[in-house]
Amino acid sequence: MPISTPFKKVPALLLAVALVAGAAGAARAFAADDAPSDADWQSWTANANVTDTASLQRGARDFVGYCLGCHSLKYERWSRLAQDLHIPEALLVKDLIPPGETPAGYIISPMIESDAEKWFGKAPPDLSLMARARGNDYLYQYLKTFYVDSARATGANNMAFPQSAMPDIVAPLEGLKVAVYKNVGTRGADGQMATEQVFDHFKQIAPGSMTPQQFDQFVHDVVNFLDYVGDPQRAMRHAMGVWVVLFLLVFTWLAWLLKREFWKDVK
Amino acid sequence: MATTERGAELRAPGEPLPPGATPVSKKRGFWAWLNKRMPVDEFIASQLTGYYAPKNFNIWYFFGSLAMLVLVIQLATGIFLAMFYKPSAAGAFDSVQFIMREVDWGWLIRYIHSTGASAFFIVVYLHMFRGLMYGSYRQPRELLWLIGMLVYFALMAEAFMGYVLPWGNMSFWGAQVIVNIFGTVPAIGPGLVQWIRGDYGIADATLNRFFALHVAAVPIILLLLVMLHLVALRQTGSNNPDGIEIKERKGADGKPLDGIPFHPYYTVKDIVGVGVFFIIFALVLFYVPTVHGLFLEQANFEPANLLSTPAEIHPVWYFTPYYAILRAVPSKSMGALLMLLALVSLLVLPWLDRSPVKSIRYKGWISRLMLAVFVISFVGLGYLGLQPAEGVYVILARIFAVGYFAFFWLMPFYSRIDRVKPVPERVVYHAH
Repeated sequence: MPISTPFKKVPALLLAVALVAGAAGAARAFAADDAPSDADWQSWTANANVTDTASLQRGARDFVGYCLGCHSLKYERWSRLAQDLHIPEALLVKDLIPPGETPAGYIISPMIESDAEKWFGKAPPDLSLMARARGNDYLYQYLKTFYVDSARATGANNMAFPQSAMPDIVAPLEGLKVAVYKNVGTRGADGQMATEQVFDHFKQIAPGSMTPQQFDQFVHDVVNFLDYVGDPQRAMRHAMGVWVVLFLLVFTWLAWLLKREFWKDVK
Repeated sequence: MATTERGAELRAPGEPLPPGATPVSKKRGFWAWLNKRMPVDEFIASQLTGYYAPKNFNIWYFFGSLAMLVLVIQLATGIFLAMFYKPSAAGAFDSVQFIMREVDWGWLIRYIHSTGASAFFIVVYLHMFRGLMYGSYRQPRELLWLIGMLVYFALMAEAFMGYVLPWGNMSFWGAQVIVNIFGTVPAIGPGLVQWIRGDYGIADATLNRFFALHVAAVPIILLLLVMLHLVALRQTGSNNPDGIEIKERKGADGKPLDGIPFHPYYTVKDIVGVGVFFIIFALVLFYVPTVHGLFLEQANFEPANLLSTPAEIHPVWYFTPYYAILRAVPSKSMGALLMLLALVSLLVLPWLDRSPVKSIRYKGWISRLMLAVFVISFVGLGYLGLQPAEGVYVILARIFAVGYFAFFWLMPFYSRIDRVKPVPERVVYHAH
């Protein structure tokens, strides 16, 4: 039967697609291994996904563990967090809320602002809206581009936010890295050749407790969590929007039928 | 003709009215009671069922009713926002976050209001463009156009002051820049700016008075102007894509041959427009309420901060065409003057057009080209107003500003020499 011929080709076709896709993937992986993309840190993306509840829960845990010491989320209540992230209240009280705080309270850092100003030069900013003000990718790049800089009081500097007052608190996880620069010849506006130091890559000088993959996951989770905190009802909004639009489509279709009926008279 | 105590007529069905009698509603009970005291039926008869609109309206004629719809949406959501919003420098930013996070459906109300602000301008710009295309500003509708422009100016004031209220950093610095434009007024400038702000800088006093103006004064003016706009429209009747006066060709019954009653024909048609508008509105509202910083800017998620200037200060997209004109010239007072001229040009448009025909359909190629130049210039300036004022952007802004002004101020010449096509006797309409 003639109809069977195209179907015979399907497995071969699938195989071909798989091979091409696999080869492309391998090429990309090879390229990634081959050329360290540290210099392209400005194009790193956080790939935040607000529907990934497991990631959000890990992000909440890690925020409490690593960020809450200095940074508040003053617009978010613990109970709201537990509700949105499907964290049972018992677990919330046992593992997340600091002693003395209640689920109805806001997520406030115990650090006193005047102390922080004394210690760091400026108070650590509230992070409730940081993801919305600066973008997820910025946060992701910020947390991944700390490097050792002995010229700084904190001993650390940052690519995404140079001269940042924040110490490299992720160093125990990520390890320590230094920025390696290369000399690049440029022609200045006056036509003279000049060498310029351009950031090339990071060099690991001490290991952390996490592998690079684990650390990447850690940063992704924290950024994902901050993205959620910036816009807590987004997942709900997206789910609701579908029904609103479906209703409106039906409404508009009915309205159009009505219009067509009336306008039959108009010659 | 006798009537019952409650005002209903005692007349056999089908019996003609005695000559000279006003048609009183045949309805009984409450409706009759009401009509004796308030001309409801008369209003419906004269403004809806007896108001004849041209039958050849196309898609461009949806935006008038949509603008009214958005106005109602803004008023309704604004009232609920005002119930929770705190008009003070200390409390404004926090109260907006309170609305977004803790007030039941507060996020929905706020996003409807913020999306509605931009939707208002989109709809109004399309409505104005319709007027430009089909010559809706021409005699006898000059006053209708003028009142419409006043609506537009009131809307700008309303939108600007509303944008300051969330007290984000862009609200703060945007207000700084816009209010300072008034400082270019000769002699009284600096005093004027201080009078507007109520302080030596944008501060609590400024926010508080902008709130009062935004929720009370300007909305009242807007509603009054919109009402006058409609009254003037009812007096002249709508223009149409052919730019033909339908009142000039009436049938034996005294009704325009090319007219159809506004209700039901255009009410049912406008509902379709409302549906399509709501679908687009909902998609923005539920999926991209910030439109990547265009409707709600990133810098506005940080509270107002006198010590931290955003990298690029610019107003929201609907003001950027004028903002680009302001920045296109090196002198600030010259820029402000040009900006004012850009707005005044819109006001005097009815007296600049000397073409014997109204609609672009029957105008010649020069008019079409100039309208295209105007649209490209306006959109181009809008884009450039969002970019830093440097290098090629400034040069482009100057070119587009010339395009903008050429459309208006060369119109007395090109509209006269442009070769026009013959206008048909009756409107062009193809039955569906």
